[in-house]
Amino acid sequence: MSIAQEAPPAESFKLSQLIYDTRYRSLTIQVFALFAFMLAVGWLVNNTISNLAALGKDFSFAFLWEPAGYDINQRLIDYDSRSPHARAAMVGILNTLLLALVGCITATIVGVLAGVARLSKNWIVAKIMTVYVEVFRNVPTLLWIILFVALVNEVLPSPREFRGVETGAFVFTNRGVYFPEALFSRSMGDLSIAGLFNISIDFLLILGVVIIGLFVSGRIGAWADQQQAATGDRPQVIWYRLGVVFLPLILLLLILGFHLGYPELKGFNFQGGTYVRDSFLGMWIALSLYTGAFIAENVRAGIMAVSKGQTEAAFALGIRPNNTMSLVILPQALRVIVPPLISQYLNLTKNTSLAIAVGYMDATGTLGGITLNQTGREMETLLLLMAFYLIISLSISFVMNVYNERVKLKER
Amino acid sequence: MSDIGFVRQDFLEQSPPPASSVGPIKWVKDNLFSSPVNSALTLVSIGFIALVLLEILPWLIDSSWAPAEMSLSGCRAEATGACFAVINERFYQFLFGFYPSELYARPTLAFLGLLLALWPILFENAPRKLLWFSAVYPVLAYFLIWGGTIWGPLLVLAGPAIGWAVSTHGEEKVTGVIGEAFGPLVTLILSVLSVILWFLFLVAPIDGLLSAILPIGVEAVASDKLGGFMLSLIIGVVGIAASLPIGVALALGRQSDLFIVRSLCVGFIESMRGVPLITLLFVASTLLAYFLPPGTTFDLILRVCIMVTFFASAYMAEVIRGGIAALPKGQYEAGDAMGLTYWQSMQLIILPQALKISIPNIVSTFIGLFKDTTLVIVIGLLDPLGLSTAIRADANWNGIVWELYGFIAVFFFIFCFGMSRYAAYLERKLKTDHR
Repeated sequence: MSIAQEAPPAESFKLSQLIYDTRYRSLTIQVFALFAFMLAVGWLVNNTISNLAALGKDFSFAFLWEPAGYDINQRLIDYDSRSPHARAAMVGILNTLLLALVGCITATIVGVLAGVARLSKNWIVAKIMTVYVEVFRNVPTLLWIILFVALVNEVLPSPREFRGVETGAFVFTNRGVYFPEALFSRSMGDLSIAGLFNISIDFLLILGVVIIGLFVSGRIGAWADQQQAATGDRPQVIWYRLGVVFLPLILLLLILGFHLGYPELKGFNFQGGTYVRDSFLGMWIALSLYTGAFIAENVRAGIMAVSKGQTEAAFALGIRPNNTMSLVILPQALRVIVPPLISQYLNLTKNTSLAIAVGYMDATGTLGGITLNQTGREMETLLLLMAFYLIISLSISFVMNVYNERVKLKER
Repeated sequence: MSDIGFVRQDFLEQSPPPASSVGPIKWVKDNLFSSPVNSALTLVSIGFIALVLLEILPWLIDSSWAPAEMSLSGCRAEATGACFAVINERFYQFLFGFYPSELYARPTLAFLGLLLALWPILFENAPRKLLWFSAVYPVLAYFLIWGGTIWGPLLVLAGPAIGWAVSTHGEEKVTGVIGEAFGPLVTLILSVLSVILWFLFLVAPIDGLLSAILPIGVEAVASDKLGGFMLSLIIGVVGIAASLPIGVALALGRQSDLFIVRSLCVGFIESMRGVPLITLLFVASTLLAYFLPPGTTFDLILRVCIMVTFFASAYMAEVIRGGIAALPKGQYEAGDAMGLTYWQSMQLIILPQALKISIPNIVSTFIGLFKDTTLVIVIGLLDPLGLSTAIRADANWNGIVWELYGFIAVFFFIFCFGMSRYAAYLERKLKTDHR
């Protein structure tokens, strides 16, 4: 008696399996989604082409090389109204980056101070900081920006009122703040980079000396660490560390003939010195305080996230309070603080685009503002503008991902 | 035997703690003057508060609301403090923009309706039947604010009704024709298609026809008349209401195993989050017309609402994704082990928990969105900030700063702070862990 070897039932394929069989369903859905997406894109592109054709427009970026024909009141690189639109955009982009950079620095300082103060045992300080955080978080950024620019314009005196008055190094006027500029009597001149923009050789030299000084100082610190690890005694190196940074710098400044140029009232306005525009100043204060309130909350959450047991454990091991903070608490708190901190930087950078409401010429003001209106090329300018912001955001989130990967708790 | 001189038989009365370790004195000692540094900080803070109050209180008290001449100089002639006459004069403009003054009752009614519609959504103890009102409310609000004939809103309401009718009554017939396998699916597709077709091709002509024959309705108000806080609320409420479901869908898409769906969602989310809202508003005002069939024009406010919704839903998706990702894997596996389908496990297990833990961040996104409605001034809509710029340019009010911006700031603060308080309440209510 033998059992007949039954052939396995043939795989029959029914059309309904495409939907009801989990093996095929995901494929069906994806093909359908892709199809729908391409259909939608095709429809949009088709509409755009026929609309552009109806208006007699084409899609080209040639306008970027035509003369811009407008002036920009704050520029970090050479620019005049005959320069092409591309250069105007570049000026705007640099203005955006400048505002974002200084804004991020001050917002961090404000935020860390406010966040720590909000956790203070001092009731009244904690309450003041709570009020600051709640007020700034719950009122629109744009209102703060317009308010602070308006305050600079309305509250500070106009340059005219300084006639016959002895002005100090810093002059606060309703057009902005003037402060001394660094001048070099034996300047090395400018270096032209690829004919695009000039950069001062003096500045490069100073930057180089500072970087080398910091590097050497770091090596001395590392050497001291080694000594401490090997012998248990830490050599006193703080003066050497300061010396290698500052002595060469002072020497270089003397060689270059460094002196300060003070602002002076000439005619209707101040001449000389460095000048921070009213709109820049207002935006800077507003963005720092606004983003600072958010950062304060992140800092507070980060510090509270480290459990009290960590401090107690460190004390139990005999680690001193200072070292407990720097070796135990901060590394753990930073893991919580840094990711939202970076997204606050990102928000601040995107909020600089509000400059257009107060006339600060950032990338949105030049490329998305005047260039758009003059050339009438909405499509191209907005694409470029969005690409610019997208590149910044994506590179910041890339940095954030790298950081998260590095500090991630290693589990199993 | 008893050589003990004295044995106390009863307890002593408890003596009160020393005055320095109870009551307000202890509190002050602990919280304000616990160390020299703290004492210094306290004194500095008190000085700061005093300074601010000394500046603000006289300014508030010696204010003028209705001077003889309605202008800044008129105010200054009567009082040294704040000049609230500007708020007094432009109050209705701040509320409604340039909405015709004889029709103010309509947006007011719409606002009261909003409160009524929100009641059953926000609080569980409201009558559940009110949810029907909430469902109909968007169309009602549109009719009240924009006016026009009654037919457009009615036809829009008919859309979902048609879809429902097709899906319930069509199923048996379709199944009878095609068979069990595809019946339900085809019915679903048919009902969705019928709604889309209804909105795309039928609503406009039928509306036009009916409006021409039977012009029943109220006076129409053009979009450029809308402004003030009403405009902020319209954009904010539409964005909030629409961005949550879209955000949930995007978050699920981003977390799904389907590669193409996931990439599409990631692309949308990242490109929306990567650009400032201003650029999207520029797209709404200048580019959106290019993407639609030639000759299509629709309202600027509607276009702005669409872009704001897209922008907010990308942020919402990230917030909800964070909530979904925070759930332990065991929850998914438990859902699978129970034999639930994807949608069942999402609906019954994953989303309720994910949404609950992301409530604080969802509300932060709502608050951000509501604050961002002020950006519409860059494309020329007259929200309160836009109005204030116009007022400051007026010769009568030139030089006024704090009164205007303080007023607008108080408005936004009340709404945003209210939302964050509601979130805290919701968090407490939904808290189920016993800690």
